[in-house]
Amino acid sequence: VVVPAPSAAARSTRQAATPQPPPEAAGPGEARAESPDPGEPAEAVHSAAGAAAPSGRTPLLERHRAAGAKLIAFAGFDMPLHYPPRESAAPVREEHIAVRSRCGLFDVSHMGQIEVAGPHAADLLQRLLSNDVERMQLGATPARPGPGAAQYSVLCSEEGGVLDDLIAYRLGPERYLVVTNAARHASDVDWFRAHARGLEVEVRDARADYAMLALQGPAARELLRPLAELELPARMRAAEGLVAGVGALVCGTGYTGEDGVELLVAPRQAGALWDALVAHGARPAGLAARDTLRLEACLPLYGNELTTARSPIAAGLGWCCREATRFVGAPAVRAVREAGPAERLVAFRLAEPGIARAGSAVAGGGEVTSGALSPCLGAGIGLAYVPSARAAPGTALEIDVRGRPRRATVVEKPFVTGSSSAGPRPSRGDRRDAVLTDRRAAS
Amino acid sequence: MAATPPASYPEDLLYHPQHDWARIEGGEATLGITWYAQDSLGEVVFYEPPPLGKQLQQGEVYAEIESVKAVADVFAPLSGEIVAVNDALAQNPLAINEDPYGAGWLVRIAVADAGELDALMDARSYAASLGG
Repeated sequence: VVVPAPSAAARSTRQAATPQPPPEAAGPGEARAESPDPGEPAEAVHSAAGAAAPSGRTPLLERHRAAGAKLIAFAGFDMPLHYPPRESAAPVREEHIAVRSRCGLFDVSHMGQIEVAGPHAADLLQRLLSNDVERMQLGATPARPGPGAAQYSVLCSEEGGVLDDLIAYRLGPERYLVVTNAARHASDVDWFRAHARGLEVEVRDARADYAMLALQGPAARELLRPLAELELPARMRAAEGLVAGVGALVCGTGYTGEDGVELLVAPRQAGALWDALVAHGARPAGLAARDTLRLEACLPLYGNELTTARSPIAAGLGWCCREATRFVGAPAVRAVREAGPAERLVAFRLAEPGIARAGSAVAGGGEVTSGALSPCLGAGIGLAYVPSARAAPGTALEIDVRGRPRRATVVEKPFVTGSSSAGPRPSRGDRRDAVLTDRRAAS
Repeated sequence: MAATPPASYPEDLLYHPQHDWARIEGGEATLGITWYAQDSLGEVVFYEPPPLGKQLQQGEVYAEIESVKAVADVFAPLSGEIVAVNDALAQNPLAINEDPYGAGWLVRIAVADAGELDALMDARSYAASLGG
């Protein structure tokens, strides 16, 4: 057997934080990704110009080691791939099912944060982010001002390719926090700063200020409630308060398709919060389960589904692109939306045993960007770009799996509908816009 | 209760440097992958047994094992014709992790050249080759 080096695993175990979908849109309900460009050395995370170099250690690393986690190098960090199994020889499947059925706890401290503050903070973000930043309201409720909306966006190049996908949180009237993919963080910081020139805005690399935990699953809120001295935020909202005595920014976001929260806390307090959540029944889960969870939910992963060479329209992310806001890349995005992309990202399911992994060619054009065995479906599933004429659900595909043709079928997204879709929805206006946007994209 | 077995390299087996084992039984040999190999691969999610009658060449690939994180080639520790395959693995590939030297066996071959045994390691040498 040729045993793959641990670093090879990073290619198929990406990671990320989350967003939410346009409820009725055909596209992904959530989206959020995290992965290094394939082939990009981890050192590329360091940028001479800007961002602080990652330490390579999350504040929870010793806890992961003590728990017996298998670690992998991911975007410059040693991250848990999975923890020891409890009932079988299949730790990743156990963690995956735990999140789908109850609750799992992920350390996602490798993710980056950028704080944008000042009179022109909203202007800068409106210029860079594809979504409509002006829609981000403050306050969990009108009576209780404070952090407010969370919003998923892509960051586009002038040519309309995707530089990163991220979630922005509104923390105050002139203050926002943006959560980036680990491998894209340094270049994102540079990009933000380059566009901030001449504006009254401070772009601060806040990566060292935060550890990030994701508590995900249908029982996540129930588990958190007795520990939280705040009203938990709705889906795609954020709120500040004490959780297990630790000051946290609590966000109704995730990257699993399940309901739950992401918790941003000071690194030195992350251990106490982790311990409290585990003591209350949260099961630690690693990046491998995170990858199969996000794939079943059809959430794109930066570096796989999203790259500078692909349009967000082709990726099915037209719902988060508001070209009228004139973000960088908007003209190119609009052109693709109006002409229709040559290829579209589809979900496929193999009609025979096997797994079609990233890089597998689709007969007649296109390629697989992510593939795995679905723990919930027991079948090979994946995402692939295919010619738009062959993107409709029900279309038969043939995928070359290491020289052997495998039959597959295009299916509706997502593969698995998790508890996140049962959460509070955006306003009716948002929903209508999202549907219209998506129809335009599909026409 | 531990859900996966601890590391072990049984003394009655011979080992190929690419983490394959062979159990010699008369003129036949049962083949599989070692504890180290299954641990490095992680949980196995797919294995397609090769066809009966297939001729294996020592050191050449005869099957693939897919884990959650990667697909790995399986190399033949000995040359010979496949006389039996472990069909049960198609339904339960996880047996390769649970019991790599027992229920996780892959194929049985008729050994073509007993002289090839000299190229394999005993348990002590193989364990030492793993660097501790």
